[in-house]
Amino acid sequence: MTILAFLAQTLRIAVPYLFAAAGGVLAERSGVVSLSLEGFMLSGAFSAALGSYYSGNAWVGVLCGLLGGAVFGLLHAVASLRYRADQVVVGIAINLLVVGITRFFLRLAFGSSSNSPRIEAFSGNGFFSSPLIPIGLLVIPLVAWLVYRTPYGLRLRAVGEHPEAAISLGVPVNRVRYIAVILSGALAGLGGTYLALDQHQFTDQMTAGRGYIALAAIIFGRWDPIRAGIACLLFAAAETLQIRLQGVEAIPSQFVGMIPYVLTIVALAGIVGRANPPAALGKASE
Amino acid sequence: MTTSALPASPARPRGAAFRTTLEETLLPPVVALLIALVIGDLLILSFGQSPAAVYRLLLEGTWGNSYGAGQVLYKATTLTFTGLAVALGLRAGVFNIGAESQLAAGGFAAALAGLWLPAGFPTIIAVVVCLLAAALAGGLCGAIPGVMKARFGAHEVIVTIMLNFIVLALLNYVVAAKLHVPETLHTPEIRAGAVSRLADQFGAFHGSAANWTMLAALLAAACMAFYLFRTRRGYELRAVGLQPEAAEFGGVSVGGVWIRALAVSGAIAGMGGINYVLGYKHYYEEGFAGGAGFLGIAVALVGRNHPAGVVVAALLFATLSQGGLAIHALVPKQMVEVLQAIVILAVAVSVPEVRRLLRASRRVEA
Repeated sequence: MTILAFLAQTLRIAVPYLFAAAGGVLAERSGVVSLSLEGFMLSGAFSAALGSYYSGNAWVGVLCGLLGGAVFGLLHAVASLRYRADQVVVGIAINLLVVGITRFFLRLAFGSSSNSPRIEAFSGNGFFSSPLIPIGLLVIPLVAWLVYRTPYGLRLRAVGEHPEAAISLGVPVNRVRYIAVILSGALAGLGGTYLALDQHQFTDQMTAGRGYIALAAIIFGRWDPIRAGIACLLFAAAETLQIRLQGVEAIPSQFVGMIPYVLTIVALAGIVGRANPPAALGKASE
Repeated sequence: MTTSALPASPARPRGAAFRTTLEETLLPPVVALLIALVIGDLLILSFGQSPAAVYRLLLEGTWGNSYGAGQVLYKATTLTFTGLAVALGLRAGVFNIGAESQLAAGGFAAALAGLWLPAGFPTIIAVVVCLLAAALAGGLCGAIPGVMKARFGAHEVIVTIMLNFIVLALLNYVVAAKLHVPETLHTPEIRAGAVSRLADQFGAFHGSAANWTMLAALLAAACMAFYLFRTRRGYELRAVGLQPEAAEFGGVSVGGVWIRALAVSGAIAGMGGINYVLGYKHYYEEGFAGGAGFLGIAVALVGRNHPAGVVVAALLFATLSQGGLAIHALVPKQMVEVLQAIVILAVAVSVPEVRRLLRASRRVEA
């Protein structure tokens, strides 16, 4: 019984990671660095809160969250593809930008510097308390299917590995990448939406590094959607453990919180097998 | 599209290459600031305020009084250190996102050294010991991603981001579990190495946090300029940053340069910790870095990775930070955070774009 409760809690905690990692895999496989997942999530969370608050309908919130993430996905794509800006710098700038913008509009819309008022969310309990939980579990297999079993996925992998070859075959490299990055923003935005709806409000910087953990899961999963999904579940299980062990003196919570980050460094050292990022990652096409 | 630029026309006058470099270096940050200014105006207007009134308030609240000026100089000091750290890495072609945790680690190490030295220890020596401790701690945090990159090919951006989380959590744990003064999140006050605030010493800068550390920041900038442009090591570092394959061919150990650059970068960021610990509060406090490490990225970009540029950019961003508090009466202070991020984004976009446009226009001239 407690094991079941543990698993259920792990799945719920994993949902935002799964959405963001699914999106990040798409962008990274197309060759665009996904440091901005954190910003996409935060903007998704804030737009979802706005949408749900003003409409009184959680589904409007979901739609707004999706759009909020996609808008910054578009910004990232334009800056890194149209203007060929350094993708790492763009990612960091977007994360900082979203923190500033959400704080600015939090004050503007709700007159508060810390959180929004209570917003409408889905009702019900357990596994189906939010439709985003089953959707979040399905999004990883869906992205895996997209990447490995569809023509778009083939092009996606081609532009991420060898854009010049893709060009010579007539693949519109930048269009494939635009789609991937905007989709990654929308998916990560859904991850943030889940957070805001789950807590019935938006709070300042509520994503708290989850976008970076999702990126860690992608690297740990060696840029494979299924493995990245498993890594998300693993990190979520560690977090669940941390919550369950709170108050137990023997294991400081700070150490459990470090697990994803330490594992990523270990993965990068090649200890769990060589991690090979997409060959064209970070390089804008000429 | 064309990948190779046309060969330079042999008829171009002498000094043209220098002018080209100068234009391509100085124009992007200027363009970026103009973009930010326009967006800032729009934000202010959308609030129903006049941009002129907001900017006047911003200047009055910063350079318009001695307290404000002192606070700007204090903030610029930390930003100079983190900006120099990021800039040094970028000169070698490595991107240090870890300045935030390196700064914290340096501050923590300085506080530990200050606590450990007996009270009444000669201040000058104590300051040097604390500074070395800060540099060592920050340098260690920087050396890890350097070794990871050189030895395993791990991307330094990912490793430094992960280390930010790990190091900050570790410091929080040690302070919370072992070192803090009850009811607070900070260590006890240091016994040796404390530097007086200029306000306490001369009554200058009216109660602000400005302190002698700002001279250390300028000295660090000067040392870095000398190192980069006047030493063999610095030349190697820049060669690796410009063209690693060519540098390797020229006999430079690229991996070695990466490790050294990241270690020195971390050490510089770590030294920034003394501004708060030795010069201002005299203890280590959880969260004192407060984003200065990340803002260092912006400072380095706007300063175009040149030590002098970094100092100017640090003053600019410190003015914005401090000015944000002053303009809060008219517009939310969060506007400044938005503008700072827009400056970074605009620099990133305008660097390749300005170069492209300049080259296109030269081609037309020729």
